[in-house]
Amino acid sequence: MTALDSHTQSSDTPIRHEGFLRHKRYRYLKAAVVISIVSIIVYLFVDVEPRHNGGTWYGYTLGTISTLLIVWLMLIGLRKRAITPGHWNLKGWTSAHVYLGASLLVLATLHTGFQFGLNVHTLAYTLMVFVIISGFYGVYFYATTPRRMSDNRAQRSQAELLTAIRSIDRQLREAAQPLDPAYVREVKRAISKTKIRPGLFTSISATQKRCATTHALKRLRHAAPSAPEEMRRPLEDIMAILERKNALLLRTRRHIRFTTLLRLWLHFHVPLAFALLAALVAHIVSVFFFW
Amino acid sequence: MSGIIKAAAGGGTGLLESFKVAIVGSGPAGLSAAARASARGISHILLEKTSHLSDTIYKYQRGKYIMATPDQLPLRSDVAFEAGSRESIIDRWDDGADALKINVRLNSDIVSIQGSQGNFQLTLADGETITADFVVLAIGVQGNPNKVSQPGGDLPFVQYQLDDPKEYFDEHIVVIGGGDAGIENALGLAADPEQGNLVTLLQRADGFPRAKEANVQALHKARDDGRLDFITQASLLRIEKGGSGENPWVAVVDTKDGEARLACDRVIARLGAAPPRKFVEAAGVEFTGPDREAFPILSAQYESSVPGLYIIGALAGFPLIKHCMNQGHDVVEFIAGNTDLQPPDTPLLELLFEKASVHRSVDEWLDYIRTGVEILQDVSPLQMREFLLTSMTHYKRLGEVIVNRNDIGSSIFAIIDGSVRVEIDPNDKKKTVPIEAGSIFGELGLISGRRRTATVRAGEPTMLLEIPRNATLKLIASVPGVKRRMERLSMERQIGQIFGRVLTPHDVGEILSRSEIIPLRAGEAFINEGDHSTDIYIIRSGSAVVEKQIGGKDVFLSYILAGNYVGEMSLFYDGYRTATVRAAIKSEVVKLPGEVFERLLAENSEFRQTVEKQVAQRRRVNDYIEAKRESFSSVVDMHSSIARFLLEQEGLSEATDALVIDETLCIGCDNCEVACAEIHEGISRLDREAGNTYAYLHVPTSCRHCEHPHCMTDCPPDAIHRGPDGEVFIDDKCIGCGNCERNCPYGVIQMAAVPPKKPGLFSWLAFGVGPGPGEPKREWVDSHKKKDETAPKLAVKCDMCAGIKGGPACVRACPTGAAIRISPDDYLQIASGSQD
Ligand SMILES: Cc1cc2nc3c(=O)[nH]c(=O)nc-3n(C[C@H](O)[C@H](O)[C@H](O)COP(=O)(O)OP(=O)(O)OC[C@H]3O[C@@H](n4cnc5c(N)ncnc54)[C@H](O)[C@@H]3O)c2cc1C
Ligand code: HEM
Ligand code: HEM
Ligand code: SF4
Ligand code: SF4
Ligand code: SF4
Repeated sequence: MTALDSHTQSSDTPIRHEGFLRHKRYRYLKAAVVISIVSIIVYLFVDVEPRHNGGTWYGYTLGTISTLLIVWLMLIGLRKRAITPGHWNLKGWTSAHVYLGASLLVLATLHTGFQFGLNVHTLAYTLMVFVIISGFYGVYFYATTPRRMSDNRAQRSQAELLTAIRSIDRQLREAAQPLDPAYVREVKRAISKTKIRPGLFTSISATQKRCATTHALKRLRHAAPSAPEEMRRPLEDIMAILERKNALLLRTRRHIRFTTLLRLWLHFHVPLAFALLAALVAHIVSVFFFW
Repeated sequence: MSGIIKAAAGGGTGLLESFKVAIVGSGPAGLSAAARASARGISHILLEKTSHLSDTIYKYQRGKYIMATPDQLPLRSDVAFEAGSRESIIDRWDDGADALKINVRLNSDIVSIQGSQGNFQLTLADGETITADFVVLAIGVQGNPNKVSQPGGDLPFVQYQLDDPKEYFDEHIVVIGGGDAGIENALGLAADPEQGNLVTLLQRADGFPRAKEANVQALHKARDDGRLDFITQASLLRIEKGGSGENPWVAVVDTKDGEARLACDRVIARLGAAPPRKFVEAAGVEFTGPDREAFPILSAQYESSVPGLYIIGALAGFPLIKHCMNQGHDVVEFIAGNTDLQPPDTPLLELLFEKASVHRSVDEWLDYIRTGVEILQDVSPLQMREFLLTSMTHYKRLGEVIVNRNDIGSSIFAIIDGSVRVEIDPNDKKKTVPIEAGSIFGELGLISGRRRTATVRAGEPTMLLEIPRNATLKLIASVPGVKRRMERLSMERQIGQIFGRVLTPHDVGEILSRSEIIPLRAGEAFINEGDHSTDIYIIRSGSAVVEKQIGGKDVFLSYILAGNYVGEMSLFYDGYRTATVRAAIKSEVVKLPGEVFERLLAENSEFRQTVEKQVAQRRRVNDYIEAKRESFSSVVDMHSSIARFLLEQEGLSEATDALVIDETLCIGCDNCEVACAEIHEGISRLDREAGNTYAYLHVPTSCRHCEHPHCMTDCPPDAIHRGPDGEVFIDDKCIGCGNCERNCPYGVIQMAAVPPKKPGLFSWLAFGVGPGPGEPKREWVDSHKKKDETAPKLAVKCDMCAGIKGGPACVRACPTGAAIRISPDDYLQIASGSQD
């Protein structure tokens, strides 16, 4: 079963329910397909003078529909936060948002009559396309990440992962007591220099390469064979603990990576949506005043 | 406090002084009694074990807001009391004791009471004695904490209480006792690694049978994370010197791997408390029964079975401060001979009977009801008064509905006058069975925790008494006669309800006479696959899972709710059990004799048909499983293990409605928590991340709305109820005692204060004013609450968004549909093939 399947089917849990993509047996997907097909057919069959563009009656109609749709699409941000009583359901909103939002690709394009240029109109259009593309990314992450995140976390919460790491640090400090000062310094550095949440890009790649723990581990492993006899046992202990910490760090970083991925796209989607709104206002104002 | 300690500690066994009344215990009850005695000029002494008045209240956490419920009940005491902070009340009582010149003797632990009216001898722990004509016992129910008896137990760093775990740094701490208190202390001390405490918990038993599951899991997790350690099957041998360097003391512990020596800077012993019962019984006082819930037998004037020895307050079964204080006042009046004094609740009870067609005094009503209603025969007048205060009277015209089928409700109804008709067939309103005056109904819902099974209408003008669930349970627990009569009646009704339509009353009678109630532990099997037996079982309370061995594995077949029966299959399989049936949670079953059924099956064709229908359906499930087994066995396995996870581990088998999160859909946005806080005054009632996961099903920490809510068990003001949609909710009578938080095995109740009001959503969106949607951060709350206003911390839990249009906000606000609420019906037959 692919990850996407679990959203289109009622997932493999024994309790029947639908995810946002399948909501009400694809009600909004169906609606979006119907709207798109109808508007294409009308586009092909109505004869407008001189040719299809935003200024014909059909262009106006599609433009108005698209604009209203965009305004409504933006309202999901409000709906999500204004928790009022009533028979609404954010899952239904998301479902409609995704499918109807995608149908804009058809509606707005037909509105333009494929008349693109270097102007504010096409700017609005381009922004819209980017918003929609980022939306698709979002849907992809929403559909694939949660399952992997659940696997990775192995039934711990983020807070529990972090506490576990901190308690390993304590064990490290204790285990380092019998070592020579040089090693102790190494261990202490590994503790203080290890950043669980590095910069954005390291976080997205979830790499351990530049992690101080990995480095310390590598150096200790290198130094161990030549260490004095009585240092070997404690060094091995230290390395075992460092290994455990490393594994835990990897899990935690992966977790952070997933959480980042689940939110990062929104940082494109939402600002672009506002930019789109602004460009759209400019577009509409300009066509009324300067056309 | 002036500390009017009369007698200097004389040492040895000297006779101190003689008083008319000796009052033991200076809680609200004892204090109020002493105040009355002082005001009346009666010679008295108030004896208090600790070094301050009212130890129970003294031990409340600092700043706790104390409630003065019930509001309608007038206060009748010489000492003032109104809602306020712990400190203000303690001050006021100390001042009151001074002003009234109460004769207090602190540090006076009474260890025995002997004698009788006119000549009681009270012995103190230091060996001195006091004599008195009357004794008022007001020692509450806190009891004495069990002490460490091993050598070293008297060292100064051995303590029995932990007020603030944040006060301890870099210490080796040994916590003794694996009950909830011990576990919570250990977790608290180890919660913050920065504190650097090395905590080890010692538990004598092999597991943690007395602690709640949430705590045990947290403990295991903490050990897996290396935050603390615990040793089971371990007992302390002694505490001795011998450590090295900074830690001179070690605790020597006997473990199953031999002796262990643990460095210890501090020992926290949480060994439970010995309930005061033994002490009270030693004075000759009789209790209503052997159960833990039993109370001393008392007259309407609080006099125990020992003449001249009176018992009041929490020990007498009245857990609220106001009750205690009123009783303190009254008991001294009674002793002084003012026996006509009406208890302060009399006006409230008069109100209860205001609308009755006949006029009777409250005492006459008490008598009329007690003698009229069969199950109440053994209830004392004092207990009558207590449960009547929370009961309601109803007056119904002919044909008026009293309860509807499928209503939520677990109160019982006693028919005082008139009679009712029970509609036994939902499809035919004409088919009814009468219940006459003096009997009760509604007990099946009380026992099973499930919906009403039939509609009941008045058969003539009828007067009814509705007794709420908790009051009924208290009666059952404390009056053996009520328990006996209720059990008999409910068995009769249950058998009648299931088989009554096809069997003659004679047959039902025969079955009843040979049936018995069997209590079961969670997981205990009462039918074993392959056994030879035809006994039939009715699930009286709780629920059961049916499993079958297929290919060496236990496969989950179905889940049986209270009110249904199992075991009939074997009647059709030559008396052999085809599956194993286990209690999913703590349950009770009624065992019915198999031989009688074997005979009836042969004689009664209608009965045979009824049972065959049931069997045919269960056989289909069996066949389906067998068939599925061939094709995709892993699916069946999966369903079995998921069923076990949900029903048994996560307690959903006792749930009526629980939040579950599909982790293949959850994006971790926490909008469910935000929504819950938004719609409920800023406190989220669920913790999404906490809780267990299995096969991508996550059960967050949030209320399951149990059939028999554990949280209701010990609520002094009776503030927890089940609402019309089945939700378990806490009303504004809550006094914040925290009992429900401790009693809920799933850890879903929190004690929290309502945060200040925040600016609206638009000012936040547009100008960034306020903390935004969801539960505000601690810092924001601290900087925005009004000065010197301490909002009381009260119990907060999920109320299923009852009364909110659209229903549960957590589900509505989930953007992907990961959050769902499920009820037992959703997983009744996970393997039945009803999946599409
Ligand atoms: C956390 C918490 C919060 C609560 N909040 C509220 C609230 O807000 N409002 C409310 O109405 N109720 C509240 N209650 C309930 C209330 O505190 C008790 O019901 C009440 O204190 C009982 O009073 P009492 O006088 O019967 O016994 P207690 O108050 O328990 O007093 C008994 C006294 O007897 C002393 N004593 C015991 N044994 C001996 C002995 N052998 N010799 C001498 N002295 C002895 C004890 O030291 C103690 O001082 C709360 C209870 C708890 C635990
Ligand atoms: C009320 C809504 C709208 C109205 C009244 C409107 C009006 C018009 C008009 C009159 C034109 C023709 C201008 C011309 O030929 O120079 C036009 C073209 C166009 N519109 Fe709109 N429009 C609306 C909404 C939209 C939306 C939602 C988009 C996409 C985001 C959009 C993108 C375009 C583009 C790209 C063109 C082609 C510009 C060109 O011809 O160079 N319009 N619109
Ligand atoms: C031009 C069209 C669109 C606009 C203006 C728009 C705008 C928005 C806005 C304002 C939000 C709110 C984010 C927040 O407050 O957290 C949002 C959320 C979202 N959008 Fe879009 N969007 C558009 C199209 C799409 C499309 C085509 C898709 C998918 C294919 C999509 C998928 C989503 C998703 C998945 C969310 C997150 C919902 C949630 O987590 O609550 N959007 N969008
Ligand atoms: S709060 Fe009460 S009803 Fe809810 S889960 Fe806990 S015990 Fe059950
Ligand atoms: S609801 Fe809980 S905290 Fe409140 S009074 Fe009842 S038991 Fe105590
Ligand atoms: S049902 Fe309502 S009260 Fe309960 S957790 Fe969900 S939002 Fe909170």
